[in-house]
Amino acid sequence: MKAVQLDKSEIWDLLYEVKDPEVPVLSIAELGVLRDITFENENYIITITPTYSGCPAMRAIEDEIIEVLHANQIDNFKIKTVFSPAWTTDWMSNEAKQKLKDYGIAPPEKSTFDHLASILNKKKTPTTCPFCNSTNTKLTSAFGSTACKALHYCNNCNQPFEEFKCH
Amino acid sequence: MTKQEALIEYALRLGDTSLILGHRLSEWCGHGPLLEEDIAMTNISLDLIGQSRQMFSYAAQLEDKGHDEDYMAFHRDARQYRNLMMAEQPNGDYAVTTARQFLMSAYLVYLYEELKNSKDENIRAFAEKSLKEVLYHLRHSADWMLRLGDGTEESNQRLQVALEDLWFFTDDLFDADAVDDFLLKEGIAADLTKVKNKWNETINKVITDAKLKMPQPLTGFMRKGSRKGNHTEYLGHLLADMQFLPRAYPGTKW
Repeated sequence: MKAVQLDKSEIWDLLYEVKDPEVPVLSIAELGVLRDITFENENYIITITPTYSGCPAMRAIEDEIIEVLHANQIDNFKIKTVFSPAWTTDWMSNEAKQKLKDYGIAPPEKSTFDHLASILNKKKTPTTCPFCNSTNTKLTSAFGSTACKALHYCNNCNQPFEEFKCH
Repeated sequence: MTKQEALIEYALRLGDTSLILGHRLSEWCGHGPLLEEDIAMTNISLDLIGQSRQMFSYAAQLEDKGHDEDYMAFHRDARQYRNLMMAEQPNGDYAVTTARQFLMSAYLVYLYEELKNSKDENIRAFAEKSLKEVLYHLRHSADWMLRLGDGTEESNQRLQVALEDLWFFTDDLFDADAVDDFLLKEGIAADLTKVKNKWNETINKVITDAKLKMPQPLTGFMRKGSRKGNHTEYLGHLLADMQFLPRAYPGTKW
């Protein structure tokens, strides 16, 4: 059976339904994991990029892309993984950041932040609590349940919370 | 030496160092001194192992012998491994792991800063991506250098001893050979002299801030030669553990 012919933007809309398995409020398009969709030699080329090099969710994301496309009778596609340009949280829209906050995860700040200088000067700016907006918080663990998150504690509302690390 | 041969060698060196250091950190899984550190070590390990896959796939593609990234990781013996000797050193206590991670992360940060301008597209993409991750590793290990160095007399002493033991392997980090020189002329490899200067400056600052002493050069005792496949006895044991399953059950999938 010949595959259904769809516009690239229609494919994009279909894949908007694919969520990050660890952050189920964000779609892979909002996260910036879905980079591009092109049509070459009768095949859709779906280009994705990992958030972190070792992100174990990539396999699950690929499987879900395959499932969504197959469910829409699309079989002529290939998934391509690229590493450049390197994924950054700057690709996340303000709307996506708000969704994260509503979900209880502190959204990332702008990644233009100079990591190296801040390491050497030991400068640390507190992360804003997603529940009460207080900055009276402390970092409890630089690494969290997934590669992209850190753990904090809010001294104002006495709630532990996760932060989507700026990257 | 052809450009292709040099590139395969260079890609394996980068991939092997990431994989071996990553595997070492994975040994902390379930054994970390604090739950947060258990998570930190395995997170860093995951980044490093993920990074190695990119270089193994690239080396396999350049070789064109039908190998894949798993072949590169599981079917080469110690003498074929090109990781830096520092990466294979055992975890020891948390002072040893902290010192090793700090010296290695600072090295990788400056190495990748150079390589993100490489003329080789794959190496450039690898460095650009990995740099963001190793910066985070450096931040974490520098924090622990301060915590242990400027902690109790016992923690300071243990970290000082760990630094001095690992110092034997620091010349190996910058031991450029013909492959490095060849690819440096092509604009592909990192200039290790530049990396060394920046590395020295950073570790000096953190070691001093942490109330530790810079180890003295140990003339005649410094070990090097990892780029030729020379290793300490620890690598063989590590590989025996890491490679057992795919060698005992070839082609196993799960």
